[in-house]
Amino acid sequence: MFANHQPIVPATIPAPNGEYAIEAQGLSVFYGGFRAVKDIALKVRTRKITAFIGPSGCGKSTLLRAFNRMNELIPTAHAAGAVLYHGQDIYAPDVDPVEVRRRIGMVFQKANPFPKTIYENVAWGATINGYRGNMAELVEQSLRQTALWDEVKDKLQQSALALSGGQQQRLCIARAIAVKPDIILMDEPASALDPIATLKIEELMRELAQNYTIIIVTHNMQQAARASDFTAFLLMDSDRAGTLIEYGPTRQIFTRPTDQRTEDYITGRFG
Amino acid sequence: MSAETNGPLGGAEQTFDAGLPQRKRVAVAWHTLFLASTIIGVIALTALLYTVINQSFGLVAVQNRIEPASLAVDGVPLAQLTQEQYVAILQANLSPGVFRRYDSEQPFTERSRENLYALVLERVVQPRYVKTWPLIAAFFDRAAIETEVARDFPGAKLVFRSWVTPDFLRSPQASAPELAGVRTAILGSLWTILITILTALPIGVGAAIYLEEYARASWATRLIRTNITNLAGVPSIIYGMLGLAIFVRGAEALTSGAAFGLADPTTANGRTILSAGLTLALLILPLLIINAQEAIRAVPRSLRQASYGLGATQWQTIWRHVLPSALPGILTGTILAISRAIGETAPLVVIGASTFIVVDPNGPFAKFTTLPIQIYQWTSRPQPQFRNLAAAAILVLLALLLTMNTSAVLLRNRYSRRA
Amino acid sequence: MGVGMTAAAAGTPEARASHEARPAHPLQRRRRPGEALIQGFLAFCGVISIFTTLGIVFVLGRESLLFFSKPEVTLAEFLLTTHWQPAVGEFGIWPLVSATVLTSLMAMLVALPLGLAVAIYLSEYASARARNLLKPIMEVLAGIPTVVYGYFALTFMTPTLRTIFGANVVEIYNTASAGLVMGILILPLVSSMSEDALSAVPRSLREAAYGLGATRLEVALKIVLPAALSGLAAAVIVAISRAIGETMIVAIAAGAGPNFTLNPFKAAETMTGHIVRISGGDLSYDSLDYDSLFAIGMLLFLMTLGLNLISQRVVRRFREVYE
Ligand SMILES: Nc1ncnc2c1ncn2[C@@H]1O[C@H](COP(=O)(O)OP(=O)(O)OP(=O)(O)O)[C@@H](O)[C@H]1O
Ligand SMILES: [Mg+2]
Repeated sequence: MFANHQPIVPATIPAPNGEYAIEAQGLSVFYGGFRAVKDIALKVRTRKITAFIGPSGCGKSTLLRAFNRMNELIPTAHAAGAVLYHGQDIYAPDVDPVEVRRRIGMVFQKANPFPKTIYENVAWGATINGYRGNMAELVEQSLRQTALWDEVKDKLQQSALALSGGQQQRLCIARAIAVKPDIILMDEPASALDPIATLKIEELMRELAQNYTIIIVTHNMQQAARASDFTAFLLMDSDRAGTLIEYGPTRQIFTRPTDQRTEDYITGRFG
Repeated sequence: MSAETNGPLGGAEQTFDAGLPQRKRVAVAWHTLFLASTIIGVIALTALLYTVINQSFGLVAVQNRIEPASLAVDGVPLAQLTQEQYVAILQANLSPGVFRRYDSEQPFTERSRENLYALVLERVVQPRYVKTWPLIAAFFDRAAIETEVARDFPGAKLVFRSWVTPDFLRSPQASAPELAGVRTAILGSLWTILITILTALPIGVGAAIYLEEYARASWATRLIRTNITNLAGVPSIIYGMLGLAIFVRGAEALTSGAAFGLADPTTANGRTILSAGLTLALLILPLLIINAQEAIRAVPRSLRQASYGLGATQWQTIWRHVLPSALPGILTGTILAISRAIGETAPLVVIGASTFIVVDPNGPFAKFTTLPIQIYQWTSRPQPQFRNLAAAAILVLLALLLTMNTSAVLLRNRYSRRA
Repeated sequence: MGVGMTAAAAGTPEARASHEARPAHPLQRRRRPGEALIQGFLAFCGVISIFTTLGIVFVLGRESLLFFSKPEVTLAEFLLTTHWQPAVGEFGIWPLVSATVLTSLMAMLVALPLGLAVAIYLSEYASARARNLLKPIMEVLAGIPTVVYGYFALTFMTPTLRTIFGANVVEIYNTASAGLVMGILILPLVSSMSEDALSAVPRSLREAAYGLGATRLEVALKIVLPAALSGLAAAVIVAISRAIGETMIVAIAAGAGPNFTLNPFKAAETMTGHIVRISGGDLSYDSLDYDSLFAIGMLLFLMTLGLNLISQRVVRRFREVYE
C-alpha cells in the first residue's frame, strides 16, 4: 500500500517556517509477533493540532504511544523504523526514553491523577525533573493554562481524586504541561467526558497549540473536524496491521478526501 | 508562556535541571539493591537445601563389636554362609536367654537366610557409627578424615553412606541411629492426613458453597467471613491447645476409641491419630474454605444463569455445573492446604505425639508420630548421628511435599488454560 | 442466612398456600425438602468456623481463669514480674515475652527490607522470564515446613554465627539464629503480600509518571510505593503476627528455659517455645503448669488477633481507594 517510506507531507498549506516537530519513518510496532502498525511515514507540524482517526483497533493508540516510547512499558511490544525528533531518532540505542518522555508528554484516555493532592500532582513531574524556578508559580500557571485555577485554587491541598472526571482530565493536562514539554500526545482525552467538558478540553487544546505541538487520537469526527489542523486516517490492512491511508489538512480530509476509503469512513459508510 | 520555553530541544533546558546522569546513578544503585535482595532470597533457599543434603550423605566411621572377618568359617566369608552356620554363630555369641527369645518369636528353622544374616549383623557384628562427616567434608577433607580415623578409632572402617536408603524408609524408629528409619513416622503422617482430608474437605467445601452460593449479605454472613479470615491468622500452636483441651481431654472417650471398645490397650488415652487428624482439620479449614471460595467465585455467572434458565434448582445448578467447573481449583487449594498440614509440627507436639513408637499404627485410635515430629525429635538429640537422620527425614518430607505441590501447580495450569 | 430464607418464605401467602392438599395453579411454589436439608448442612459447615473460634476462646479463657484463680498466681504478678519458674511458683510472663519480641524483631529486620525489595524487584523490574523463575522459588521457600527451618537454624545459622562472632560470645542456643532464620521463613510471605499490593496499583498511574519523564526508580518509589502503602502496612502487620506465633524454629534453636535478656546471642525461650517444651513432656491435666500454658496461649492469641484485625482494617481502607 505505502511500501515506499516517503513521508506524506500535506502540501496544500505551507508550514510557517517549514518546521516539523516529529517525524515517523517506516515505523512499525509489534506486539510479540503481531504487527499492530505497519510502515508509517508521517511528518507532524510544529505548533499545530494533528488528529489521528480510524476505526477501533486500527492502531491509533499504538502509533501515538510510539512517539514517546510508551509502548516499551508493555513487555511484548517493540518498534522498528525511526521516529525523528529534531533530526534525532528517538529509537537510537543511545537515546534515553526518560529524556524522550519529558519532552514529549502524554495525556491518557482515562484521567489518571496520582493519589496525591492537586498541588502535588502538578508539581510532581517538575520536581523529579529538577525544576529550578518558583514551584507555586509554576503550579498556578499550569492550572491557569488549563482553566482549572479558579475551580481548584482553594483546595490545592485536597486529594486530586475528589475532582470531577473533567476536572481530573484537565489536571492531567496541567500536570503534563508543567514539565514544559515540546509535544503533547493525547489519546482520546475527552472520550470519558460530557459534551461541555469536552468543549472545554477542545478550547484548551486550541490555547495550548500556540505553544505546543499536539497530537490527538479521537473517535469523534466532529471533534477532529472542529479542533484539529491536520488529520491522519488509519485503517487495518488485510493482516490487521494499521496503515496510514491519508494525511492532510483537516479541511481537505473532511471535504474532499482523495481516497475512497477515507470518504466512506468519514461519511459513516464504513465499520 | 513565552515561545522560547519550548523551542527546538526546549528552552525548557534553562528552567529544568533534569540531572539525569545523577538520577540514573541512583537508579542503578537501587536496582542493584533490589536485585541483591532477591538473590539473597535465592541464596537462603540454596543454603537450606545445601545444609540438608550435606548432612544426608557423607562418611561414617564404622566400628564393629566383632569383625565379620573373624566370623568366617573355613575361609567362606560371613555373607555366604549357610542358615545352619548363622544359627551356630548366634548360639555361640548370644546369651542363652536372648537366643531362646528369638527362637520363640519365630523358630530359627523357619527363618530365611536373609533374616538370619541380618540378625547376625545386628546382634553379633553390631556395627556402630562412631563418628560421621558431612558430604562436603567427605569430598574435600578425605585425607584429614582418614588420618583422624586411623588415630582416634583404630579398629574403625571409613565408609561412604547415604542416610536416605530404602532401609531407612522401611525400618521403624529405633534407638540406635544405625538402624532407625521413618516407617512409623510416614505411616503416622499418612493416617493423620487421611483423617484430616476426610473431615476438612467436605466441611471446607460445604462452607465455601454456603458462603458463595447461599449466604446473603447479613451481619451473620459478615461475621462468618471475618471470622474465617481471622482463624487463618491464628498461630498453629493455639490449634494444638484447642485440640488438647477438646479432642484429647474433652472427648477422650471417643478419640481413644474406648467408646467403641477399640482403644489401644497400651495408651487408652486421647493422644491418638484421630485427635491429631481432627486438630489439623480445624487448622487447615480456614485455608481450605478461602481457597474453595475463590475457585467457586471464578465460575462465570453465565453458567449459573444458563442452568437456572433451564429450570434447574439451586442445588442442581451447584452440583451439576458450579462444582464441576470449580473442582480443579478446589483440588489445587486442597492440596496446598494438605501440604501445610503434612508439615505441621507444633500443634501435634502440644496434643501429645509419642516420642518413640516401633509398631506400625493400625488405625485412628493408635498412638501417633509423624514425619515432622520425627525430624523435631532427632534434631533435638545431641548426638550428631541423629542430625544426619533428621536431614534424611527432611529430604523424605520435602520430596513428599514437592510431589504434592507439583501436582497442584500442574492442576492449576491445566485449569487456567481451560478457563 | 439459608435457614432464615426458608423461614421467611414460609411467611408469604404463596408458601402458606402450599400447605393445602392440591396446588392451586401449576406455578405453585413447591417444597423441596432435599434442597432445604442440603442447605441446612452447608450452613452448618459455615458455622463450624464460628464454633472453632468460640472453642479457642472458651478453652483458653477457662484454663486461664483457673490459672489466675489459684492462690499462687495473680494477674499483676503475671504481667509485671520478670521471673518465670513454675517449679518455685514464679509466674512473670516477661522473660517469655522479651524472647518473643527479640526473635520477632530479628525476623523483621531480615524479612521487611528484603521482602519489600524483592517485591519491588518482581513487580517493577523483573522481566517476565525472571519473574517466572523467581516466583516459584519464593513459593517453594514458603512451602517448606517450619521444622525444617528449625533444623537449618541449628545446623547452619548457629555455627555460622559462632564462627563470625566467636563461640564464647554466641551460645549454642540463641535468639539471633532463630530470629534470622525466622526472617527467611517470613520473607516469602512479606514479598508475596507486598507484590500483590504493588501490582494492584493501576497501570495508568505508572504510565502517567513515565509520561512526565520519570525514571523507573522514581515511578517505583514515588508513585507505586506510596499508592500501595496500606497494602504494604498490612503485609508488615501480618508478618509480625506470624513471627510472634512461629513455634518450631524457636523451639529448636532459641533455647529451652526462660531467660530475661535482650542479648540476642544468649539462649532464651519464647512464649511458643515454652508451650511446646512443657506440653511435649507428660503433663498432668490439673497441674498449675498445664493451666499456665493456656494463660500464655491466651496472651499469644490476643496479640496475634489484635494484629490481624488491624491489618484487615488497613487492607479494607486500601481497597476503598482503588475499587
Ligand atoms: N498490550 C497489547 N498487547 C497485544 N496486542 C495489543 C496490545 N495493545 C493493543 N494491541 C493490539 O494492537 C492493535 C491496535 O491497538 P490500538 O489500541 O492501538 O488500537 P486503537 O486504534 O487505539 O483502538 P481504539 O480506537 O479502540 O482505542 C489491536 O489489534 C490490539 O488488539
Ligand atoms: Mg486507542
